This record gives sequence, structure tokens and C-alpha cells, in this order.
Amino acid sequence: MASFKHLLGIEGLNPVAVTNLLDLAESYALLNRSGKTQRDLLRGRTLINLFFEDSTRTRTSFELAGRRLGADVVNMSVATSSVTKGETLLDTAATLNAMNCDLLVVRHNRSGAPALLAQKVGASVINAGDGTHEHPTQALLDALTMRRNKGRISGLTVAICGDVAHSRVARSNILLLTMMGNFVRLIGPPTLVPGNIATSGVEVFHDMKKGLEGADIVMMLRLQKERMTGGLIPSMREFFAYYGLDRKKLSYAKPDALVLHPGPMNRGVEIDSAVADDAVRSRITEQVEMGVAVRMAVLDWLARGGVV
Amino acid sequence: MNILFSKISYLDPSAQKLSAGDVLVQDGVIADFGASLGRPDGVEVIEAPGAVLAPGLVDLRASLGEPGYEYRETIESAAEAAAFGGITTIAVLPDSAPVIDDPALVHLITTKGAQTGSLTLLPYGAATRGCRGEELAEYGLLKEAGAVAFTDGAKALGSSRLMRLALSYAAGFGARIVQHPEDVELAKGGAATAGARATWMGLPAIPAAAEAICVARDIRLAELSGGAVHFAHVTTAEALDLIRRAKERGLKVTCDTAPPYFDLNETAIGDYRTYAKLSPPLRAENDRLAVVAALKDGTIDAIASDHQPRDADDKRLPFADAAPGGAGLATLLGITLAQVQNGALTLTEALALLTAKPADWLGIKAGRIARGAIADLVLFDPERSWQVQSGKLPGKAQNTPFDGRAVEGVVLGTWKAGKRVFG
Repeated sequence: MASFKHLLGIEGLNPVAVTNLLDLAESYALLNRSGKTQRDLLRGRTLINLFFEDSTRTRTSFELAGRRLGADVVNMSVATSSVTKGETLLDTAATLNAMNCDLLVVRHNRSGAPALLAQKVGASVINAGDGTHEHPTQALLDALTMRRNKGRISGLTVAICGDVAHSRVARSNILLLTMMGNFVRLIGPPTLVPGNIATSGVEVFHDMKKGLEGADIVMMLRLQKERMTGGLIPSMREFFAYYGLDRKKLSYAKPDALVLHPGPMNRGVEIDSAVADDAVRSRITEQVEMGVAVRMAVLDWLARGGVV
Repeated sequence: MNILFSKISYLDPSAQKLSAGDVLVQDGVIADFGASLGRPDGVEVIEAPGAVLAPGLVDLRASLGEPGYEYRETIESAAEAAAFGGITTIAVLPDSAPVIDDPALVHLITTKGAQTGSLTLLPYGAATRGCRGEELAEYGLLKEAGAVAFTDGAKALGSSRLMRLALSYAAGFGARIVQHPEDVELAKGGAATAGARATWMGLPAIPAAAEAICVARDIRLAELSGGAVHFAHVTTAEALDLIRRAKERGLKVTCDTAPPYFDLNETAIGDYRTYAKLSPPLRAENDRLAVVAALKDGTIDAIASDHQPRDADDKRLPFADAAPGGAGLATLLGITLAQVQNGALTLTEALALLTAKPADWLGIKAGRIARGAIADLVLFDPERSWQVQSGKLPGKAQNTPFDGRAVEGVVLGTWKAGKRVFG
């Protein structure tokens, strides 16, 4: 039996922990649809959303998850524009310790920042995305969405497309999907897909047609505008032509392949609206719904000691 | 005070081997040594069976924080760490605040060193004014004031044109340019060596090739200009190969490395340990092994501490934001001796890289046990061990990448010109 104090990444979890979390999240998904709540579970506990980077979607999702379980939820946004952001991080940790916070949800633009905080605070730290490192709740909600639609979370071929190099969503997904016995394909231009990311069960492609062949799931990643100014790709137009998901490229995958995107989408850059809004193929809104359920499961699990 | 070191092993310079016997120090110089010197009158006798007496270590590369960064380290606190580590001479990097780009500042460092009474400080002069990489510093005047070579410290001379000019102009004064070998554009913003580890940790990375690219360019520029180039803290197999071949061709190329690069590899940054964030970054295991091989075959001319003092506020940051650099004075000897214990180097080879070789490079008479030589000495027990612990190291800087590490080789005493300064 192992117990987890924090959720800093998918790395460190095991298949049993992932399965338990998905099962728990599934039950919360049903509860949410029924309109009922479980407000006694986290009653009297304090959850602080500490966001050093803007994210309406993830913050709201954690906020709803906390409230539905009865926690007192506080949102803290910290500007990161000044060079003293590091000091702010540890100063904030000291402040939070003084407030006796139980659950601390952290998003930061630097890899490893939640791990640093976890060393300094008494609360359970949940990584809500750190730099280009990990975004574990996103990988869990993606897995739950896949499992609900495909009936399993093993033996699937999942193509992750676009800016893998700068994506924490991609890293957490690769870790989770390979751990559970799926096949992962990474597709993008060489400047956005690091060759050394390929491990056992992971293949790299630079061509959508080859990469998508036989895929059960097509997961698109958001492309940041900085990738153009940084010279990693020449233009949005060229990127969309070769790596943007439109109906034609989707036809290379299995006929029943489903489309995921962590949001927010850049329509016309990495994904065409016709695909994004396709009620049959796209599961993007279901991902958002599962996000709340997964975060409820994570909060509930950690509050009960993170036992596996 | 006259001292007789009795029944010790000492580094015999003529034979490049360890000899058993006595060493006599009179009036601050080494008066005699041999199998047995009897018991002259009026001497303090130091008997230390099993201990090794070596010349005080000559550290080719360290930053001391002063002037400008006294919150990290002062010359006085560095002297304390140096004495603990058996170091009696340090070549000091110029990228302080102000930068050492003026003869008066060269004198300041030299004088401050003399004031410690335990440490000779030999200042590097800035290669460019303010270490800004724009215009050459006054090599002639700086050298006359005592600057031992020219470098921009932890910053690479990035411009090919400027590097060519620096090498060429320095050659006129018989001076060397010391390069931080890193292609500036490839290294920009990087926090770890490129590879699977950096990718999975989500850290901005510097390819190992950034070092070789700079080294290849500068070897070519040294050849073009007739200048002498020295590559500091070399860390990669590829760069060492280039340097090895340049030396074979008789070019004026030398290099050093530092203990982290032959003792640690990139795995030390796991869990975002910022004390292991160095510049250049810790490399892959095959590069570490290449550094060890280059220590053995003579490609590397010296082992320097590469001491870069940082305080807690510099390091308790997310990895990418933390200041690179590790404290190295206290651990220079111990970590180097680990290569003797594991059989990679002989004791005389290891000590030569810490004493005679860097002294020769600097053109100073230190680093030897010879009759008439200044009695800068270190006596250490190679069998005894101690544990490196951040927070308990001598001196101010506690940012050791070797935190928690047990090392063999305890300094029993350090002498500066015959005066005991440690132990």
C-alpha cells in the first residue's frame, strides 16, 4: 500500500492508482449529471487555487470540483511579470502555511515550481500545469474521456499532434498512456517534436497521413503564437497545411477515431472548426465535463490520504 | 617557525612520485626533504603516519563574490573555505562588480588576497571592457599590473570577430584568452543539457554540441591569429576530442575541467535540484567518462574548483530561474581524490592536475616540493572520510552540488609560506 501526499505529475503514479482515480471520477461524473452533490466530503477544508499563469478553464474546473465537495475555495492569481516571481513563490508558500490551507492547486509557467512549493507547504499540492513539464489532471480527464468512449484505456492507438516540445499536456498523456499499455504516436514538425522523447511504446512521425493511420484517438495540442516568433515554424498557414486537423486529415485515422483537444483551441491553426464542432467525432466538450469529475476525484482522494 | 614534517609521504617533484620521509620548512621555504632528516633544533615536529604532504593546491578558476556580491562570498570567507580545502593559490575570475578591467582593480584583488595571509589571489583580467563582449580591455596594462590571462568569466566571447581580435591582440603580450566554451545562441536560456532527461523535466536545454561548436571555432581562430586559447570547464567528449587533436597539431590550446564534470552527470538535477544547476550544465554519462579519460591522457591540463558562490535566494527558485553555479573550494581535493580511489588516476597524476600543472600554466613557482620553494603546503589523510553537507561547509557559499556526498581525503593542515592557516 502506498500513499500520495501530492499530485505533482503522472510520473510516480502506478496503473492501480490511475484506475482507481478513473473509477472514482466516473462515479463523480454520474453524480454531476444527476444534479446531486456531496458537500459533506470536504466540509471545513480549504482549497486554494494558486495561479501564476492565466487559465480561466482549469481554475474554474478546480473551483467547481472543490465547491461540489463542500470545500472552502479561494482563488489567488499572482502576476508573474516582475523578475521577482521566484521570491513571490516562496513568500506565497509561507503565507499559505500561515493560513492552514489543506489543498493547494498550483499553476506556474516554470517546470518544477509545484515540486518546489510542495517542499515548503503543509498542504497537499496538486499540479495544475507547470511550464513544459506536466499537467496530470488533464491526462487523467483525457484518459477518462477515452475510456468512456472506447470502453477501455489500454491497447488504444493515440496520436498526439502538434507542439509536443512545449506541451505539458503531451508529457503527462504520454506517461499515462504508455503506463496503461496504449500505443502513442507523436506527430509534428521536427522543431516541435523532440526526438529524444520517444520511449518504449512511443513513435515519432512528421507526416500526418502516416502518423494517423489506424489511430483510435486524435489528440490535438494548442500551438502558441510564440512558436512563430521563435522561428520554430515559418507561419500558421504552413503549420495548418501540414499539421492542422481538418476532415481530410482526420480521414487517415480509423473511421470511428475520436478527436480531443485540451483547449483553448486555435481554430484554423491546429484544428478546423468543422472537426472541432463535429458532434460525432469531437469529444472536446465532454473533456471539459470530465475535467470537473476528475478533479473532484483527485481532491477527494488526496484529502483521504492518497492511499493506493 | 620552522617545521619538520616527519614520517609522511610527500610528492617528489623530480620523480613525479610519492616518497616516504621528511620535509623541512625553514623561514617560510622548503629547506630540505629526504628519507630522514633527523631532528634539527628548534623545529616543530609534525608526525602524521599515512598522511600525504603535497604542494598547496593551485586553483585555476574561481569566483569569489567580492567585489560586488559580498552576500554570496567575500574574499575572507573564500579564504576560509580554501584553507579547509588545502588551496593556497586561486586565479580569480574578473566578472565581479565592478569587472576587473582596470589595473587598479587588479591591484585591489592581489592586495586583498595578501591581506588574508592564507591565500595568493591571481586576478584574471576582463577580455572585454565590463565583460560586455564589445571592445577589448587593456591587456598590456592589465598584464603589467598582474593579470594572469584574459576572460569574460562565465560569459562566452560570442562574436567570432571579437574572439579573433582578442586572441591576436593578446598574443602580442604573450597572454592567453580563456573561453567559457559555449555557442551563445544555442545556449541561450538553457538550464540543462539536451537529452531525454531535460525533455521529460520540461527544461530548456543546451545541446552538448554547443560546446564543441565554440571549441572548434576558437581552435580555428587561434590558428588563424597565432594566439593562445584556453577552454575552461570542458565537459563533453566531442570538445575534448577537438582539443586533443589541436594539441597534437602543436596549436596553443589548453583546457581545464572541474570536479562536477567528472564526478556527476545530468541525473544529479533530478527533482529539480538547483544546487546541481551549473554552467555549463551537467552532461550525460558518456561525456563524464570522456572527461575522466581526458584527465588521464593529459588532454586536460588542470582541475579547477570552478567555485561559483550563490546564496539561498539565488537557488531557491524554479530550476529555470535559479542561478547556475556550485561552491567548489572545500570539495576540490576530496572529489578529485575519488578518481584515485576508483583507480582512474594515480595519486601523483591527480595531485599534478591540482598543483604543478596549473602552476605551470599560470607561470608561477608554486605547486612543487622543491628546495627553496615557498612552503605552501597541504597535509591530508587520504584514508579518512568526511561528509559534504550544505549548511556546514566552511566559508559563506553553501551551494554545493555534492550535498550529502561522503568523500575520502581529509585535510589535516594547510600552510601558507610556512605559516599554518588551517588545522
